[in-house]
Amino acid sequence: MVETMKLEIFRYRPEKESVPTFQTYKVPFREDWVVLDAINHIKDEIDGTLSYRWSCQMGVCGSCGMMINNVPKLSCAAFLKDYYPDKIRIEPLTGFPVERDLIFEMDDFMTKLTEIQPYIIRKEGEEKPLDEGEYLQSPAELAHFKQYSMCINCMLCYAACPVYAIDSTFIGPAAIALGQRYNMDSRDQGRDSRQELIASHEGIWECTFVGECSAVCPKDVDPAAAIQRAKVSSTVDWFKDVLIPWGKKK
Amino acid sequence: MAKSNEPIWWSLFSAGGMVAAMMFPILIIITGILVPFGLVGDDPLNFERIRDAVSQPLVKLILFTIISLPLFHWAHRFRFTLVDVGLKSVSTLISILCYGGAIVGTIVSAVVFWTI
Repeated sequence: MVETMKLEIFRYRPEKESVPTFQTYKVPFREDWVVLDAINHIKDEIDGTLSYRWSCQMGVCGSCGMMINNVPKLSCAAFLKDYYPDKIRIEPLTGFPVERDLIFEMDDFMTKLTEIQPYIIRKEGEEKPLDEGEYLQSPAELAHFKQYSMCINCMLCYAACPVYAIDSTFIGPAAIALGQRYNMDSRDQGRDSRQELIASHEGIWECTFVGECSAVCPKDVDPAAAIQRAKVSSTVDWFKDVLIPWGKKK
Repeated sequence: MAKSNEPIWWSLFSAGGMVAAMMFPILIIITGILVPFGLVGDDPLNFERIRDAVSQPLVKLILFTIISLPLFHWAHRFRFTLVDVGLKSVSTLISILCYGGAIVGTIVSAVVFWTI
């Protein structure tokens, strides 16, 4: 006999229902299955109307984040055997408007990601011509920011963040960590232009260092540490501005 | 986007947290365990002796620091706790009361130490 387990999945089809409901599916239990395998099984074999995002199935693309028993997780990295034989409750990541079933709107995050300018910025006139080659970097300089560059934009940290849940104007963990990633890159000169946003109230100062962002991050980025480091450097800036106003760079 | 003045409160909060974490356990051991259980000396909290100690400028400075900075730590943490439980609409009033309380406490302790 095939062992089975139950998945209780959040359903919301705006053309059919005004309030979300839960639907329970019985799926085969297999030792090597992750929650995403079970959901794919439902989609292929039981109910083709279920909508959700997924792609790589190996924790790289960051598409399949869901609330699994109320914890934000990548569904491709959550094994059924860790929940068996109990029922698993699956919902879209919290803190975002739901579009359909497990699919939520990510526009807010996308806007913030763009605003933080997560790319190398060179000062005007300091861009090297292509034929002069790369900007060289030592292993130590790479190690300085590498951890923060591992972000896959899965948004689990936003779903975990209680500050973002009550006030979505907060720039949020992943975007700030990425800003910090470029600020700490020896090839980058864009800190000043990112600082306006990072040092604003909606930037780092809404963060109360709950630390859940780092607890749920599947790539060990530790956004909470990035935010604390940004707080320290922004505070140094602030005191420099106040104490030596004439020393301000253009 | 307006530049935030949070750094001043946050740096006082951080300093207060540091002072509290390092000094409070020592104070709790001395005033909460060693003295009440009679584990140190004879009448260690003798008024004259404590008064002599507190009138030393260095002791005044240390006591002032461990009273004032943790007040700012409390103010900042309490402000955010109140905002987080849903009082964001009166956040300005909360800030004034919390930081105001810490400032008043700082002034009172400064005056007390000045007059000892």
